[in-house]
Amino acid sequence: MARVSLQVNGQAHSVDLDTRTTLLDALREYLKLTGTKKGCDHGQCGACTVMIDGRRINSCLTLAVMNEGRRITTIEGLGTPEAMHPMQAAFVKHDGYQCGYCTPGQICSAVAMLDEVKAGVPSHVTADLLAAPDLTPAELRERMSGNICRCAAYSNIVDAITEVAGGTG
Amino acid sequence: MKAFTYERASSPEQAAQMVARTPNAKFIAGGTNLLDLMKLEIETPTHLVDVNSLGLDRIEATPDGGLRIGGLVRNTDLAADLRIRRDYPVLSHALLAGASGQLRNAATTGGNLLQRTRCPYFYDTNMPCNKRTPGSGCGAIGGVTRQHAVIGHSDACIATNPSDMAVALRVLDAVVETVQGDGKTRTIPIAEFHRLPGGTPNVETVLAASEMITGVVLPKPLGGVQLYRKVRDRASYAFALVSVAAVIRKDGGSRVALGGVAHRPWRVEAADARLADGARATMAELLADARPQPENAFKVTLAERTLAAVLAQARI
Repeated sequence: MARVSLQVNGQAHSVDLDTRTTLLDALREYLKLTGTKKGCDHGQCGACTVMIDGRRINSCLTLAVMNEGRRITTIEGLGTPEAMHPMQAAFVKHDGYQCGYCTPGQICSAVAMLDEVKAGVPSHVTADLLAAPDLTPAELRERMSGNICRCAAYSNIVDAITEVAGGTG
Repeated sequence: MKAFTYERASSPEQAAQMVARTPNAKFIAGGTNLLDLMKLEIETPTHLVDVNSLGLDRIEATPDGGLRIGGLVRNTDLAADLRIRRDYPVLSHALLAGASGQLRNAATTGGNLLQRTRCPYFYDTNMPCNKRTPGSGCGAIGGVTRQHAVIGHSDACIATNPSDMAVALRVLDAVVETVQGDGKTRTIPIAEFHRLPGGTPNVETVLAASEMITGVVLPKPLGGVQLYRKVRDRASYAFALVSVAAVIRKDGGSRVALGGVAHRPWRVEAADARLADGARATMAELLADARPQPENAFKVTLAERTLAAVLAQARI
């Protein structure tokens, strides 16, 4: 067991955890923040995506104890039903989901992904590594490939992200 | 997952000491591969030493015009570093061809070099695997072998190394820097870092148990056209069937290495000299000793065609 201090959505929490507890399980089972979803639990589906110090990661593949003192943002920290984050509003507007299970991960991933683009991080489909990346559908699809949607709402997800990124949507 | 104790190291030497003095201890950095394997009880460390706060997350110029990449530089940060994009584009391309955005944000340079094979028989604990349980046999030989090695393998193991980054480092002749529990440091050329399986496929690198990767040094830039072409079963977020890392220079000195075909990044220096003669001549040298399995002979053809595509792209 270990006492772990976690900073989640601007709030400090201190919990006693088995060292084996992943960040995902700590969020869901101990902090009762069940917006973050457990899909595959092996880093293959992206449903558990959260932001740590602003960067998207798979919360199923990091231990809670490794994230002491880090700034963790989950879907609950992005917006509320009354005051949605622009990305949440865009997913609603463009019907970027069907069952909704992958949606919190998709949205956290998309928000952090746009920051990566702003920071000039290239992708596998970026033709010129030295040019500012262009937010084409091909770029968005490649950059979001770590988030699987079994309902295949992909085209609407691309539209939602494009709108938030300042494209036409 | 088996229970383990956990501690955080504050210097590379201390981290190596911590692992050296505790039986069955392992380093954990990004954790993206290790935790996955721990959940499946393929890896069962009883002690983890967290190396995330060691300050090895910088990329610095070396006196001879190269770069030293800290062992904890995340894959995203390495791929996005302007010096890497400009002077070592084959490394950026290779990193970006691997995993997903989330995984690249967590995975480290050192961890990427130490990732285990994705052989499904290694992952399936109901199957024999000499890599997972030495002496138990190989479930892959005679099984479904489409993804497996075509060269450099043994009767004990036909697994491949899954890293894209390592293939680029091999073509760049990178050097791995390490520290051991007794404080000794050493440098290991990437060509000698990964082992072929032989009779002990469970031993994948030349590192000692308590030896930690502190950095990777790139020699001064090679110039030329640098390309990484990966062929896989889907367009993104999949391991390579075959990949080609190449540095093509008009004045000679071109180089090529393959991923997805062997237990380590595959390069034969004598093949580099044949690049000017085309893909077929190069592959005749590079894969001369290939012994494919019944289901993966296509990899030999695919490797040649992928190199042909790379050479065509380099001429544009």
